[in-house]
Amino acid sequence: MGERTIIPFGPQHPVLPEPLHLDLILEDEKVVGAVPSIGFVHRGLEKLVEKRDFNEMIYVIERICGICSFIHSQGYAQTIEGLMGVEIPARVKYLRTIWGELSRIHSHLLWLGLMADAYGFESLFMHCWRVREKILDIFEETTGGRVIFSVCKVGGLWKDIDNETLKRIVTVLKDVEKETKKMADVFTRDYTVQKRTRGVGVITYQEAIDLGAVGPTLRGSGVVQDMRTLGYAAYGDLVFEPIVEKDGDCYARTIVRVREISQSFDLIYQAINKIPDGEIDVKVKGNPNGEFLTRLEQPRGQVVYYAKGNGTKYLDRFRVRTPTFANIPPLLKMLPGADLADVPVLALSIDPCISCTER
Amino acid sequence: MAFNVISKTVMKSLFSKPATAMYPVIKNEFYPNTRGSIEMAHIDNCTFCGICSKRCPADAIAVDRAEKRWEIDRIRCIACSFCVQLCPKNCLSAERQYTAPMTDKSHKLFTIYGQVVSQEDASQEDVSQEDA
Ligand code: SF4
Ligand code: SF4
Repeated sequence: MGERTIIPFGPQHPVLPEPLHLDLILEDEKVVGAVPSIGFVHRGLEKLVEKRDFNEMIYVIERICGICSFIHSQGYAQTIEGLMGVEIPARVKYLRTIWGELSRIHSHLLWLGLMADAYGFESLFMHCWRVREKILDIFEETTGGRVIFSVCKVGGLWKDIDNETLKRIVTVLKDVEKETKKMADVFTRDYTVQKRTRGVGVITYQEAIDLGAVGPTLRGSGVVQDMRTLGYAAYGDLVFEPIVEKDGDCYARTIVRVREISQSFDLIYQAINKIPDGEIDVKVKGNPNGEFLTRLEQPRGQVVYYAKGNGTKYLDRFRVRTPTFANIPPLLKMLPGADLADVPVLALSIDPCISCTER
Repeated sequence: MAFNVISKTVMKSLFSKPATAMYPVIKNEFYPNTRGSIEMAHIDNCTFCGICSKRCPADAIAVDRAEKRWEIDRIRCIACSFCVQLCPKNCLSAERQYTAPMTDKSHKLFTIYGQVVSQEDASQEDVSQEDA
């Protein structure tokens, strides 16, 4: 048995785009323990609800995270709409679904790239991001922003996508889908990729449930749970099955995400086929009063929004439980027993988004 | 398991055009929807009601009714377009082009005056840039 050393991993680390900090306890090359610390990018966004009225707040909420920005604004809008009993038009639900699924595709492509980068596969990383760029162009064309869209509002949307554009988006997406398949092939079949991911960081079915994992980390261990099955937005009208893999290792988590990309393409095609015409917003009267809780599925997993209103235009409390926060305990479970060289791969396999976690 | 699944893609990209644009040579085209910078498009219509400044989530706009002054802090503005959508007179617009980069903060404020109140002001400043 070797001597114990502590190696600080992050918050500034070449493989991690996020300020996650782990104190790794090592015996020789093996990790025997890990102590996480978060709080490096805390911005106090939840507290701001007391200073910004509930309509302005949506622009703050979507800035919680640059990757799931749309789903954050959708979740916030949904919470306040639920709180105030606002019924939103069907077209809004479909458009939110389309933008939400596009966000999922771009988030997963981004993650696949980062994952490839974590095991040193630079060209795969570049190609994933090249493909992702087309999705960002769709965002810029339809919403005006590549990262932060600012299209959601309480009671609907600011911008519509006309049916012509939706048709054009389908043609663009068909191309992107083809390109994505080529990248997906590398992740599923390449020898070197499998060498790094298969059997690494196994989380069993029971552990995933006990540790409260969410999203692809949970589904990679065989647990069928996807918040989209609750049927929020237009998901109730669309046909899909949660994607589940059995093995619980990094490879399984990669495959879940790879398959979710194709699922998202399919959901977008379905939504574009079914989208009804109509209004894109309703008038919201009065102020929120009462409590409400919503759950949504982000690319990284389940996200929970809680809002408490007091009858004025300022909310009393707004709380977000983000998926990465729930996925840190499973990460700590994966680390002991792993090699130091595998730590980046393990840390990335939960798709950490620390700015979400710390808000 | 297969070796080098990516080789076909790599070979293809060896002989095709680069995926990136040659930026300064080829100018980037923004979309009509792009939210670049917030501009006061019709100062004559502005009633200096202050709605844009009160509702701005970043407190980037300052409006002074007495002086007929409308001012935006380019560094504070998060380009959310909320002011553009709220203005009752539709006098704001989100331009496609982003604001130019700055090396210091002295040009962060953009100030514009309406039909000026007193005679002296009218001669000096109609559209002016103010130091911070
Ligand atoms: S720009 Fe519009 S909202 Fe702002 S003060 Fe002028 S009229 Fe009012
Ligand atoms: S775009 Fe948003 S942040 Fe910028 S001035 Fe208008 S309301 Fe304020």
